[in-house]
Amino acid sequence: MGAGRAISLLIVVAAMAGCTAAVPDPGFNDPYEAQNRRVHAFNTSVDEGIVSRAGRTYVAVASPTVRTGVSNVADTLSLPRTVVNQVLQGRLLRAGRNTLRFAVNATLGFGGIADVAADMGLEHDETDFGETLHVWGVAEGAYLEVPFVGPTTQRDLAGSVVDIFLNPLDPRLEPGQRRAKLALRVLDKVGERADYAASIDSVLHESADSYSQVRLMYLQNRRYELGATPPEAVDADPLALDTEGF
Amino acid sequence: MTFPLSRRTFCTLGVAAFALPAQAFALTDGEARRLVQTLVEEINGVIDSGRPESAMIAAFESIFARYADTAYVAAYALGADGRSATAAQKRAFSDAFNTYVARKYGRRFREFEGGRFEVQGVRAQNNYFEVPTRVYLRGEAPFDVTFLVSDRAGRPLFFNMYVEGVNMLLSERTEIGAMLDRRGGNIDALIADLRRAG
Repeated sequence: MGAGRAISLLIVVAAMAGCTAAVPDPGFNDPYEAQNRRVHAFNTSVDEGIVSRAGRTYVAVASPTVRTGVSNVADTLSLPRTVVNQVLQGRLLRAGRNTLRFAVNATLGFGGIADVAADMGLEHDETDFGETLHVWGVAEGAYLEVPFVGPTTQRDLAGSVVDIFLNPLDPRLEPGQRRAKLALRVLDKVGERADYAASIDSVLHESADSYSQVRLMYLQNRRYELGATPPEAVDADPLALDTEGF
Repeated sequence: MTFPLSRRTFCTLGVAAFALPAQAFALTDGEARRLVQTLVEEINGVIDSGRPESAMIAAFESIFARYADTAYVAAYALGADGRSATAAQKRAFSDAFNTYVARKYGRRFREFEGGRFEVQGVRAQNNYFEVPTRVYLRGEAPFDVTFLVSDRAGRPLFFNMYVEGVNMLLSERTEIGAMLDRRGGNIDALIADLRRAG
């Protein structure tokens, strides 16, 4: 896809996210809660019926070495997208480090199978267009749950759409290679589901209100990742609480 | 997800708590940091022990009882609904909640096997300290766990923790609120559920 198309898409997306700004604090901006809860119920059943089963199967068939290799290749293939985003964010040093990381892992790491760059001090450092929008001052927007995708915000959803077109590697891949890249990414996600099975099950399938848990965790973790002040931090005195009797 | 003091430090603190009225105890950044340092040393010990799950949960429960401000944690988790609770209900809730927390998080310790917590520093806030730690697990990118420490109870204790920015106490208040809603606001039923949950 051409840069022109990317930029016009990006402007549309930024405008979309911009319209829906308004009041994320003090808690969560969730005007679509009823709809989101329906999607959440669907996603939870997809997780139970498909993703978590696939995870168990994947772990049973593939050795840890194979899974690490899959993860590393998936990460290496996503690095060009991270570099583009870091340039757009004005984080040139990190973009430079990631360019080096890509070069090292693609060559010395046998096409990305081994993460040799991490051993050289070039640690995993990922970003996305959602973060780029944040750096550009676009507000978080409303909280959303998207079928098959899970929790996101209007800003992050817009970012994910742009990211599909942002990897400079993709236009250079043959259709078969592109399918392989997607397959690796899916396998990587499925593997993560299995690796964190107990924690994910406890939130998704054991909590009294998994929707609220996921929303709280997604938004707080995302804001932390982006260096956005969590609203609770504004709480002047978290200790002002009557604990008599407890 | 976790918490802990060496026996000696714990005893010293215990003595200090008795020797001084609560108000006279002014927490310093060094004390806050030391609390978390001994806490993570205990956690690291449990993670390394390779003990079975039930033993890890018991170890965690003991750590939590000694290092956490359990009254604060319980009062916060019950939130506004706690105001209508009787003294007996508060007491019973506090016991049930702290055991539930130990079980729930103690179980996750298994996933931490071979990992370790490292204290990164200490930051002063209004009337408490934040002690950031970094958790290194095998084959994983390290992540941040920040402990919030105060001497509200008369000695340094942690009263909350953030895992990669997620406020665990707020998460538990949300969970307890949902459990209570399911029981139509009946605190006794909630307490009974809590004893089975986690």
